[in-house]
Amino acid sequence: MVEVQFAGEPLMLPEGDTLAAALLAAGIDGFRQTPFQGVARAPYCMMGICFDCLLEVDGVSQQSCMVQVRAGMDVRPARQRWEGPYASL
Amino acid sequence: MHRFDLAIVGAGPAGMAAAREAAEAGLKVALVDEQPRAGGQIYRNLGRAAKTYGAQLGKEYLRGVPLVDGINHEAITHFSGHSVWAIEKGQLALNSPEGARQIGARSVLLATGAIERPMPVPGWTLPGVMAAGAAQIMLKQSGLAVENAVLVGSGPLLHLVAVQLLRAGAPPVALVETRQRRDSRRALLMWRLMLRAGRYVQRSLADLNELRNAGIPRYMASANIALLGERRVDTVSFSSGGRRRELSCDAALLHHGVVPHVQASRAAGVPHIWSATIQAHVPVCDSWGRTEVPRVWVAGDGVWIGGARAAELSGRIAALAIAHDLGFVHSPERDRRTSGWIEERDFELSLRPLIEKAFPPYAAALAPADNVTVCRCEEISAGEVRQAVRDGATGINHVKVSTRAGMGRCQGRMCAAALARIVVQESDAKIDEIGTLNARPPIKPVTLGALAGMARQAQRPEDD
Repeated sequence: MVEVQFAGEPLMLPEGDTLAAALLAAGIDGFRQTPFQGVARAPYCMMGICFDCLLEVDGVSQQSCMVQVRAGMDVRPARQRWEGPYASL
Repeated sequence: MHRFDLAIVGAGPAGMAAAREAAEAGLKVALVDEQPRAGGQIYRNLGRAAKTYGAQLGKEYLRGVPLVDGINHEAITHFSGHSVWAIEKGQLALNSPEGARQIGARSVLLATGAIERPMPVPGWTLPGVMAAGAAQIMLKQSGLAVENAVLVGSGPLLHLVAVQLLRAGAPPVALVETRQRRDSRRALLMWRLMLRAGRYVQRSLADLNELRNAGIPRYMASANIALLGERRVDTVSFSSGGRRRELSCDAALLHHGVVPHVQASRAAGVPHIWSATIQAHVPVCDSWGRTEVPRVWVAGDGVWIGGARAAELSGRIAALAIAHDLGFVHSPERDRRTSGWIEERDFELSLRPLIEKAFPPYAAALAPADNVTVCRCEEISAGEVRQAVRDGATGINHVKVSTRAGMGRCQGRMCAAALARIVVQESDAKIDEIGTLNARPPIKPVTLGALAGMARQAQRPEDD
């Protein structure tokens, strides 16, 4: 087991395990908020197809089912919430 | 840039077998796969898991051992943990945590395998709802058994995952199966195929027997399926046997068949046609796996769903054909070595119609009701897609630009089939007239930083 940061809190996860599976086993099920409805999503396919397990890992948005747990990694729910009209982007 | 005679995309049974055959024929081979270890989904994590939970996963899983061992060959470079994000003339663009890079290839074999047919039913976007295959992956990869699950849908994999969860000490709550009695009758009418498929039928019956002995309830001919819950799924609601039923659960595992994963073949420009048998778009190729795009070949479940054995054989066949094309093998040798493989592969492929008849997809999830989300990325409902067609959208790409369905990160992997069915249902067009979603690089996301790093690398002198 190694320590990682999840949403700013320390969390012990098995080193080398798939990040998505390790987080599910740790009882976490809100991986990202959808950009429009703002509802929680969690992994669906676990094989790199659906993108519902997106997390921000060390600052880069990634499919957490394709990432292995490493000591000290900084993991946050993916920032996707859309806050205004497209015209303002 | 490193150059290879053959670059293979996907290290499942087709890719691993092709890599070994090609290497033995004298080709320099790159085997590229997103996973840290070879095996694909069927033999996922085999190198490690065989010792620990091989018994729970069963004999079929252990069949992959020689294939995984076979890629240890001096002529094979295994790019593990690398995704392919572009396929262009003579080269592939790869991405990994270490950065992006390009490799040169005189020929490319796409062995990208199958994905589970997405199953859009009400509530399928709730946390706690997963594909049944996802539960199997967690078992193979992490030794985690999803507890207190209801398995929903149809197909041999639904039964297999139920058995594997049971053996792993997490007996499922129930199976909610969408098969109708007429599906079994239709399958029985194909009795000749049934006899030929003896090995598979036997295995399927053994799975059902194990579930029966464990007292796992199976609800047949289920319809009106909905997954309910506030923050996450806690109930599966459905009708079966003339009654409305509700089952409490901690997870719902959906499955109604598998389809070829065609994102790479689409992006490579290979033409695709609609298959009425497997109800999905499939790449067009000849018996060797050669496509209409020069130097691009396809093999395995990414072409036609045939299972691990057929995939392995089609990988070997394509490898020999490629070796012949590149001048490594004479045609008499190619033909002598592949004739038996072709015969056995075609036998395996011929069994498919039986499985499709016995376990058809859940009709209500092919063209879902208006309130169901079809595009998970952009949160577009079936009703919005129907409205776009009524407002004049004619083809699937027209629907994409008017609704954004299929425009999200998964690039339509999860919604393309539903979009196609809805467009056909709402218009007079036939399914092969409405087009397929355009797939363009990057077919997997790549950061600007990785791209910039690749550009810097390209300015340096050749490193090979």
